[in-house]
Amino acid sequence: MPLQQAEKNTPDAQNSPHETLVSVRNVSRYYGKNKVVSNISFEVKRGEVLGLLGPNGAGKSTTMQMITGNLAASEGQICINNFDILDEPKNAKRHLGYLPEQPPVYKELSVDEYLIHCAKIHRIGRRHQKDAMNLAKKRCGLKQMGRRLIGNLSKGYQQRVGIAQAIIHSPPVIVLDEPTVGLDPIQIREIRTLIRELGQDHSIILSSHILPEITATCDRVLIINHGKIMVSESIDGIQQRIQSSSLLVAFNDAPTNLQLCDFKGVSNADEISPGRFRLHHNPEIDPSEDIVQQSVKNNWRLTEITPEKLSLEEIFVDITCTEAEENVEEKDEEPA
Amino acid sequence: MILTLALRELRSLFLSPLAWSILAIVQFLLGYLFLGQVDLYLQVQAQLNTMQNPPGLTELVISPVFSNAAIILLLIIPLLTMRLIAEEKRNQTLALLLSAPINMTDIILGKYLGVMAFIFINLFFIALMPISILSGGNLDIGMIISGFIALILLLASFTAAGVYMSTITSQPTIAAVGTFGLLLLLWVIDWAVNINHGQATELTQYLSILKHYQPLINGVFKSSDVIYYLLFITTFLALSIRRLHADRLQH
Repeated sequence: MPLQQAEKNTPDAQNSPHETLVSVRNVSRYYGKNKVVSNISFEVKRGEVLGLLGPNGAGKSTTMQMITGNLAASEGQICINNFDILDEPKNAKRHLGYLPEQPPVYKELSVDEYLIHCAKIHRIGRRHQKDAMNLAKKRCGLKQMGRRLIGNLSKGYQQRVGIAQAIIHSPPVIVLDEPTVGLDPIQIREIRTLIRELGQDHSIILSSHILPEITATCDRVLIINHGKIMVSESIDGIQQRIQSSSLLVAFNDAPTNLQLCDFKGVSNADEISPGRFRLHHNPEIDPSEDIVQQSVKNNWRLTEITPEKLSLEEIFVDITCTEAEENVEEKDEEPA
Repeated sequence: MILTLALRELRSLFLSPLAWSILAIVQFLLGYLFLGQVDLYLQVQAQLNTMQNPPGLTELVISPVFSNAAIILLLIIPLLTMRLIAEEKRNQTLALLLSAPINMTDIILGKYLGVMAFIFINLFFIALMPISILSGGNLDIGMIISGFIALILLLASFTAAGVYMSTITSQPTIAAVGTFGLLLLLWVIDWAVNINHGQATELTQYLSILKHYQPLINGVFKSSDVIYYLLFITTFLALSIRRLHADRLQH
């Protein structure tokens, strides 16, 4: 045991590629009697991009505010790079960059003045402040904007200044709350590339309610609803969920329901309109080849066969809506 | 770190027209009143010479400057302190400070000292008035220094109360009204109480900001008065720091 502890303190161990930079353990948060975040736990490793996904009011922002020390958790513990955010806030926050929902910019300052101020409060040495500012400006496409007043910039550029502020001290952990809000499609693509780039040697937590954004940038997704983690899965796992588990088929001379259910792997067949069916099947067994062969053999005159793909959106709606309905029922039972 | 925050606060003040107009208006009003006093002194000078124990130049001309400055700045300081925290809360820029490696104490002291720096600039211009008299007359330097210490302590107390009011709301105007109300109450607190209520009078007299200010500008330097102001400042700054901490906990 002592040997392990000694290892932990060596600089090599600290920079190991897969160390855990953020750990959230059993964290809950109340607003008055309202439980906004309930008992969530997760970890983020170095070089990992984690997406928080959820509808409005799901508790994404609250979670991020707790991770960054803007709010204190009512229960549970949050550690940044092994420093507890409440017990050792200074050490924890040294490793943190945060872009809140509203970029925290001082509108009366110019971009350069503001970024230098941010460099100062993040304790970057006097000699490195300029370099840090220039790098952050370059990364966020703000090179031409240095002398402009932030108040006169468009929403998209203010957002970029907000991102620049979060990465200026190149912290190991970057927390971005809806980073692409208010940006145009080209900017969104640039920011996504930036996030991927930063994600190689930083830990990034970003929130969004835009699903393609999560699939485009993240390694892992947490779907949050009503303050609970509904799904925690890697992007690959999510992609598998997207794989088809139903087929749309149509025939000019349709067989009966029963005949269709006889195919290997098919669990049931719904007739949508005369001659048109939706076949639900085991995701591991694809019956389409059998169906085509049988159709030729029996002269069913197959006209359409389409594997149906669930989009991430549908999975998301599926998860969040069923949960919402359950909650509505629960609430109805409570006296008003 | 405190210095960084203080300098930014001071810079932001001067980036808006507010600081410049406050400097100009305070200077104009005090200058006008000061000239009035000088004029009065010149008129009564002949009579003063016939008196046995005449009041000095300092008492007649300089002391009123301190009294007037206190009243004018009582009206001005709430406007300076109202935005400190309240505006950051409203524009949601406080997150920048809260997620940076800075203490709450640093945030409050930084902002406090930023405004105090502005007040010192203001005091410098006020100090030019007594200095201008020095070129042509004799003044009681001890009394002037005592007056300046009193004014600094008084304004530092006003500012501390203003910082606290700014932490409890996210509406700058409410912070300003609150500060103004609080300061005015402490200013007049002993006026309303009937002289016959022994203990109540003692308490209200102790609480009154004015009661501790008047002796100091008349050259009576009592350490208990200075301690009153120091207590006042520490209390409100400590309350502000606590308030910022409390904001993170429960809503």
